[in-house]
Amino acid sequence: MAARKAFDELWGQGRGETARAGFEQLGDWVKNTPVTELARRQATAEAAFRNLGITFNVYGDEEAGERIIPFDIIPRLFTSAEWDKLSRGLEQRVRALNAFVADVYGPRHILKDKVVPEDVILGNPQFCVPANGAAPPHGIYTHICGIDIVRTGADDFFVLEDNARTPSGVSYMLENREAMLRLCPELFAQLAVQPIDIYPDLLRDMLYSVAPRGSQDPVCVLLTPGHYNSAFYEHSFLADSMGIELVEGRDLEVADDIVYMRTIEGPVRVDVIYRRVDDAFLDPLVFRPDSGLGVPGLMAAYRAGNVTIVNAPGTGIADDKAVYSFMPEIVRYYMGGEALLPNVETFRCREAEALRYTLDHLEQLVVKLVDGSGGYGMLVGPTASKQEIADFRTALTAEPQRYIAQPTLALSTVPTLTDAGIAPRHVDFRPFILSGADRVTIVPGGLTRVALEEGSLVVNSSQGGGTKDSLIIAAPPANGDEEEQHALPYGG
Amino acid sequence: MLSRTAANLYWIGRYMERAEFTTRLIEATLRLSSLSYGADAASATWESALAVVGRGPAPGETASPGATTFNVCRTLALDMENPNSIRSCLSRARDNARSARNALSSEVWQAINRAWLDVGDRTSPGGIQNTLALVETLKANSRGFEGALARMLRHEGFWFMRLGSAIERGDNSARLLDVKYYLLLPKGQKVGGVLDHDQWTAILQTVSARNAYRLFYHDTPKPWLVADLLLFRSELPRSITGSAAEVVDLLAEIGGRTGRQGEADRLARLRHSRLSETNIDEVFRNGLHEFLKDSIDENAQVDTAISQQFRFP
Repeated sequence: MAARKAFDELWGQGRGETARAGFEQLGDWVKNTPVTELARRQATAEAAFRNLGITFNVYGDEEAGERIIPFDIIPRLFTSAEWDKLSRGLEQRVRALNAFVADVYGPRHILKDKVVPEDVILGNPQFCVPANGAAPPHGIYTHICGIDIVRTGADDFFVLEDNARTPSGVSYMLENREAMLRLCPELFAQLAVQPIDIYPDLLRDMLYSVAPRGSQDPVCVLLTPGHYNSAFYEHSFLADSMGIELVEGRDLEVADDIVYMRTIEGPVRVDVIYRRVDDAFLDPLVFRPDSGLGVPGLMAAYRAGNVTIVNAPGTGIADDKAVYSFMPEIVRYYMGGEALLPNVETFRCREAEALRYTLDHLEQLVVKLVDGSGGYGMLVGPTASKQEIADFRTALTAEPQRYIAQPTLALSTVPTLTDAGIAPRHVDFRPFILSGADRVTIVPGGLTRVALEEGSLVVNSSQGGGTKDSLIIAAPPANGDEEEQHALPYGG
Repeated sequence: MLSRTAANLYWIGRYMERAEFTTRLIEATLRLSSLSYGADAASATWESALAVVGRGPAPGETASPGATTFNVCRTLALDMENPNSIRSCLSRARDNARSARNALSSEVWQAINRAWLDVGDRTSPGGIQNTLALVETLKANSRGFEGALARMLRHEGFWFMRLGSAIERGDNSARLLDVKYYLLLPKGQKVGGVLDHDQWTAILQTVSARNAYRLFYHDTPKPWLVADLLLFRSELPRSITGSAAEVVDLLAEIGGRTGRQGEADRLARLRHSRLSETNIDEVFRNGLHEFLKDSIDENAQVDTAISQQFRFP
């Protein structure tokens, strides 16, 4: 029973009796609030989400239509020390990722120095030829990065995945907090929780900051594939909170390498496009000609430097799981020091020895497609059937370069409301890191995803996972600070 | 504002208005059919309700025997095969609202979403009591939508939704009258009987004008006065003149903000001034049916001109 031994975010090793230091209030709250009351509040929150239409569509499941992502009312907490450590590591990693992508589409020092093998990049399906040699305004590629973090012990945080293309989920971070503030105000009265509602402002500031040089009062838009897309709620939520237009491909047109949007008042020039459309659909003249989601001529406008695309085309190379396995080297190469946040140990099946090890230990490993996402195309060895293992063995042997393998980790748990009362469930964590022209910002929070099935390690929403609020507790004021604050209104 | 967004908002206005109109039509017809003597009379009542929304028997067809209260209520309220059923309208309004969500206040979005959720899973209107309860819910939801709309910022989004509902109202009132025009005989001709009285009352109820009629005419419902009210009294928002005047004003508001004026403004003003120069005697001299047919066509021309002027996709 891995679930029993796993580190618990609230109780540590306290077995549901004593909370970790700093988490005593939450421990008391969980112990003292009747389960029926928690269930009632949770139902209220889910009804509100349905009324607000906070939904997502499940790919390949037409019948299911719109679903809400299950919301769990028991939050997960970080101490300020944990958060400081995490955010330093995240900033370092995102700076390295940006330097790496700029290098790969530019001078390629890292390939020439043989730190990353050339074929891992140039032979990679994520390598975006039309982006090659295009320097995006301000040199930033992954303006918005969602880095998935897992934890296995008190001091053991690992990066599971870099979502450097179009990470989603930030609307759930914000809506979960809104729900918690309304439903559990007593918790916030006891805990000094750092606020996150400034996120849309930070996002807008970031978008403005990366507009092509010289453009005054830039026009920013959010490009969505449309309201049938699984993350459409988030697209409209973000455009709305930033006060920018939510556009579809057919709302934009390109003339003389300049992007315009069609409005009732005539064409309006667009400077920054926060796109939530994948590279392959951005421009039918360059990528998939059969797609109507994009804008003909957009890549030419981008290459001419007339529009900023957020995140930049080609950033997917940094998402790639084969590249992920080189992240420790990549961080060292660009940042000149060890990665503050380590990778999960990763076997690159393209290497003979790693492949042999993987094939010999399939029952203990998680095997992933290097270009898969959302929990698709993966094998979870310990819970897989004999048939699934046999199928993966065949697939691995045929195309080993498409796979990586990782040990199954004892992911940390958080107390979660289940049909059978409060029980530990495995979680991961996705903070969102913004890279603007002049700074990297991280709002103190993120999306905690929780596997609702007992013992399950799969937290993806498309695979039936739920979400929780993630509270970062402010550091207690140092001596003297408190007095000074009180004195301000009188003395200032 | 994006042209596509403007189109979405305009159609939200039209669909929400159409859903409300059909709700009122069901309510009025329920009342009328329960006052009718005999199954044939009740069936004819429901046939005419179907005719108003363009789902009646084709010319030359005899009345279908299936026009029972239950069947017609289901067709009008819940049938997704019927593109003008309340459920179809709410579903399309919601689709448009999802697509244009950032141009809506969250109250407006929630009002549309709630209206849709309330009919979403229903497959049957149930008996008369249940149908009446459904009508009450739908009317409350319409009021919820209008209340939310009233609290929106006065900007293009607001004007386009209102414009859609004004155009839709002009069309609905003309259709309602056109189906009943044979009841509205020329002034002076003798008509009478309980059934006619109830029919006029039902018409007034459909456009929520029973009290307005009494206020203006201090009389029991007389057919030419009912026609006068629905055609020419601009105080009544659902009158043809009232909606035509609103279209002129709304286009002027939009033009004032965007600097875009054109064919739609011209046609809308032309229609309004023609209506102002006409009176009920003239209409009856030249034929009410012809007048209503022209009115529906003119309304459709304004609609087309709006689409072109603002480059709806």
